[in-house]
Amino acid sequence: MVTTAERGPDAAAPEESWQPKVVAFLCNWCSYTGADLAGISRIEWDPSVAIVRIMCSGRMDPTFVAKAFEFGADGVIISGCHPGDCHYQEGNYKALRRVHLMRRLLDGFGIDPGRLRLVWVSASEGDVWAETANEMANEIRSLGPIKAER
Amino acid sequence: MTTDIKTKPKLALYWAASCGGCEIAVLDIKEKILDVDAAFDIVFWPVAVDFKVKDVEAMEDGEIDICLFNGAIRTSDNEYMAGLLRRKAKILVAFGSCACEGCIPALSNTTTREATLDWVYRDSPSTVNPDDIRPQTETETPVGRLELPAFWETVCSLEQVVDVDYFVPGCPPQAHQIWAVLEAVIDILEHGKPLPPKGTVLGAGDRTCCDECPLTREEKKISQFVRLHEIIPDPDQCLLDQGILCMGPATRSGCGGLCVSVGVPCRGCYGPPPNSKDQGTKMIAALASVIDSQDPEQIDRILDGIVDPIGTFYRFSMATATLAGATRSGSNGDRKAVDERLTT
Repeated sequence: MVTTAERGPDAAAPEESWQPKVVAFLCNWCSYTGADLAGISRIEWDPSVAIVRIMCSGRMDPTFVAKAFEFGADGVIISGCHPGDCHYQEGNYKALRRVHLMRRLLDGFGIDPGRLRLVWVSASEGDVWAETANEMANEIRSLGPIKAER
Repeated sequence: MTTDIKTKPKLALYWAASCGGCEIAVLDIKEKILDVDAAFDIVFWPVAVDFKVKDVEAMEDGEIDICLFNGAIRTSDNEYMAGLLRRKAKILVAFGSCACEGCIPALSNTTTREATLDWVYRDSPSTVNPDDIRPQTETETPVGRLELPAFWETVCSLEQVVDVDYFVPGCPPQAHQIWAVLEAVIDILEHGKPLPPKGTVLGAGDRTCCDECPLTREEKKISQFVRLHEIIPDPDQCLLDQGILCMGPATRSGCGGLCVSVGVPCRGCYGPPPNSKDQGTKMIAALASVIDSQDPEQIDRILDGIVDPIGTFYRFSMATATLAGATRSGSNGDRKAVDERLTT
């Protein structure tokens, strides 16, 4: 995999053909099923969003986010069950606190905190998932590839 | 000791971008420094003995048995010396937090080279430099041409520029740990014991600072962060439980809990714990579990109590921070010149 660091300054310049890479971590119980529903319902969503299934949004180690960015992701989505609906009682609240802290860290490293988004998608919200993925991909398209703004 | 000087293993110590504290820490082993002198032939140690770089350059490759290298890589000279000592030493040890993870010098990675130089040579209150004179790599003077090392865009750890065999963390490494490492080295060299696997962290524990901490942790939820000057902490209670930001959960053990046992929060100088490469994200994972709120706005209010999150979470490990890899654009353009110098 080519990291941003290896791409170098020239390769990082936005080109016509540049497409964002968005990594989405979806919880097994609500959001992944929601994305699955979007597929079953034949709702199209942006192909630049790649899904990784995790058991719970609370399993989302902040290191995963950092690693995703290190390996060339331009944006990261974390999606879990709605507040109060977590399969493990409060994993999504833990994710909420982690994301709030992580955004402050991204800001410190010169990465727009908007590149990390936390959403709640239930198993019945295929349309919400598709909308989220499209919105995020478009936002990252307007932000362009990551470069440090120190 | 009657060991012949020619058969004694050769030891080198060097400092790159560092404060000199690691050098003092070596002397903190007190009279045992005489045992070090008895066991080793010290061939290079700029702070203490009078050998020059040209003496090292004149050595055969691999002639030095072990080199303890402290300090981060900030300038072309630091990088040249790292490469030189890598070639001349059989075993290269990243000694101290700067060489391991960048430490305090690497905090300047949060800003640019220009901003760092502007502050030091123009903007800081103690600077008087009306002509805005800046260091140049080459300066013509009536007495000849003067040279200074180039100042890189970012500070690197030792491992980011050369191959490193072992790591001794700490800012500085504690004297008892330094002695333990030196004793182990003597044992290996004199009694032919096998070397530890490459990449091993020596002179430190394999748990977190919390495991060495004498305070009582009840894993309380906290609703407010406080700074040390704002409260009188309970001397027996976990500092994090009291709302004081303590890096213990995200820091390798090995210091013996020095700071926490006198009521001062761990700053994280022993670097990330085993099985983790990134102190900041490790700390975020730990903090998210103790913050007592499920409301986004209240969470933000609580987090506002963390002054300078990035400087706190990565105070000692900015150079090796995972997220720094996402934004590094390889702007150390002049490095190529040094690489060429190293290969000729």
